Amino acid sequence: MNAKDWIVPLAILAAAAVLAPLPLVAGSYWMALLVNVLMYAVLATAWALFSGPTHYVSLATAAFFGLGAYTMAFLGEKLPLALVYPVAALIGAVIATIVGLSTLRLSGVYFVIFTFGLAELVRQLVTWAEAKYGGTVGRFVFIDVTQQGIYWMLLGVLVLVLLTGFLIQRSRLGWALKAIGEDETVARHAGIDTTVAKVAVFVISATFMTVVGAIMAPRWTYIDPSIAFNPIISFQVLIMALLGGAARLYGPILGVVPLATLFEILQANFPNSFSILLGLAFLVIVYFVPSGIVGLIDQGRDVLGRAGRRRAHPAE
Amino acid sequence: MRITHPSRRAVVGGIAAAALAAPQVRAQPGPVKIGFSISKTGPNAGGANVTTLPNYQLWLKETNDAGGLRLPGGQRRAIEFVEYDDRSQSEEAVRNIERLVNQDKVDLLLPPWGTAMNLAVAPSFNRGGFPHLASTFFVERQPELVKRWNNMFLFLDRPSTAITALTDLLATLKDKGLGNTVALASVQDQFGLELVSAARAGIARAGFQIVMDRQYPPGTQDLAPIISEAARLKPDMFLAFSYPPDTLALTEQARIAGLNPKVFYTAVGTAFPLYKQRFGANAEGVMGIGGVDVTNPRIKDYIERHNRIVGREPDRWASTTTYSTLQVLTQAIERVGIDKAALVRDIGANSFDTILGPIKFVDNQRVDQWWVGQWQQGEFVALAPTKVGGTKAPIFPKPAWPTA
Repeated sequence: MNAKDWIVPLAILAAAAVLAPLPLVAGSYWMALLVNVLMYAVLATAWALFSGPTHYVSLATAAFFGLGAYTMAFLGEKLPLALVYPVAALIGAVIATIVGLSTLRLSGVYFVIFTFGLAELVRQLVTWAEAKYGGTVGRFVFIDVTQQGIYWMLLGVLVLVLLTGFLIQRSRLGWALKAIGEDETVARHAGIDTTVAKVAVFVISATFMTVVGAIMAPRWTYIDPSIAFNPIISFQVLIMALLGGAARLYGPILGVVPLATLFEILQANFPNSFSILLGLAFLVIVYFVPSGIVGLIDQGRDVLGRAGRRRAHPAE
Repeated sequence: MRITHPSRRAVVGGIAAAALAAPQVRAQPGPVKIGFSISKTGPNAGGANVTTLPNYQLWLKETNDAGGLRLPGGQRRAIEFVEYDDRSQSEEAVRNIERLVNQDKVDLLLPPWGTAMNLAVAPSFNRGGFPHLASTFFVERQPELVKRWNNMFLFLDRPSTAITALTDLLATLKDKGLGNTVALASVQDQFGLELVSAARAGIARAGFQIVMDRQYPPGTQDLAPIISEAARLKPDMFLAFSYPPDTLALTEQARIAGLNPKVFYTAVGTAFPLYKQRFGANAEGVMGIGGVDVTNPRIKDYIERHNRIVGREPDRWASTTTYSTLQVLTQAIERVGIDKAALVRDIGANSFDTILGPIKFVDNQRVDQWWVGQWQQGEFVALAPTKVGGTKAPIFPKPAWPTA
């Protein structure tokens, strides 16, 4: 790498260094909000790692998030805490490999429906197995991780997911994914092993989602399948990533911050008409910001660029 | 000319309000701010809207009409509610409580509806030292929980106690010609599983024989196969540990399939006013979880006030319990004022006079309460345990479903 290549990773680390001391000054209300923002920032960025370049819209976020939460519930009191997160990552990776190999032959709307069904399938499997062998469905998660601890872990994972995304974009794998997104058939004819490329990135993305689930579970004391595999998580991640723009590495974060803030303002000020206002907000977003905030920025840059060129023209 | 943009101003105002709403100077005799997060939307909304929210509204109206909460000095302060919808999501409930405590600076908190939600917010209640008077909370590990959170008071006893009351009652019916075959059905979630596993042990102890033991996932639409199987086996007892929608569906199917056991028991929802409205005369003799002493003038009076002020009937199980939590809180405030630590101490140590009779906590848990009720002539009366008092004799055997 030459000097210019270090700018992005250094910027990511610098931003993290600025955000890291926040828990020392922020009160617990602001911490709760920040934890929420970070959770969705990791999930949306991880989502866009796979879905951004390939254009495969996945609704399986909740499935992997829930797997992570359940890993924490099962192993949190049995293994040292520091070991649970890598184990969760491993479980996420294994399941994602199986799922990826068996389903990434699907595309378009079939893939969307499949991934949505996947979360439901995992949820029913967990319920069945818990009832049959565990004699319980809900699980207590009595693990003392403070809000600050959760914040720092999420921040660390966010740095990792951004760096991973950066490396993928610069690698042959990144180009392969872009080619698949443009036209999968052409990509295959050009000699790209599309299945390997898709599964590899799907697994990386799912692993991050699983780890986030494991990090968040101790916050709720108790989980059951409907809490862990809540489909709302999948939809919110999708909406946030699309608002920001899934084409750029930093795009999803640009969607997460305004939407998480909007949710908070609506919830705090209009608790009884939250859903209606949220629906209106989505309509406005889709109508006025169809290509995401990243799109707006690019547009703005174009306009400025053109204006600059015009002014520079000596004939005027 | 000045052009104003109301929409932009509104947006900026909203953000500013959210950011700056924090530290307002409050004059001492102002209202007592009481906050809660509850599921107004999502899958929990049904339970929250029957059992919890109406009682909060009833308490608010009655207390403020009387001039407010009475404090130790004798002066009164009105109640002001700050309420948020958690949309049936644990994470939202946690964040709502954080917001109530740190941004809205509420004086006291009321709990959400349901076991999972109460567990999710319990660490936040505990961190702030708020008394947590849970009335819709029901797990086997309760003794362990109250050790962990000494500010938590549990108004419902454990599933195993509920089952012991039921199997003890069934054992007394043996002499009256109850046979010994039992068909079990249970919903496959925490509630159903804890009850059914306690029930298997209790049934074995009572010397009955299980001839069928079926589980179904929550939200199952078609329960006909379970009822048909039971109808073929003709058990002496049919016991279902069910939730409101399945309770209604199982009863309806049993009526259609002519499943006529001597004891017909369904769990949550049997005590809802809706059950009576839906089944009318068919409800006669059906047993269920909960039950109240309807001849008690205080409960009669409570039902009447609930009807008048909220505009609908309370259920005959956790509604009365939820209202009693608010009575306990009112009386403790009257003794020690709005002081969270003193309230926790006072509630743990003293006896309270409520619509359910005197309430005295043993290790933060309320132990004596009704667990089995039965529809008798249009009312859901308490049957067991008899040591609590106010119980009636069961109608036995349950009359066959009327044909119509």
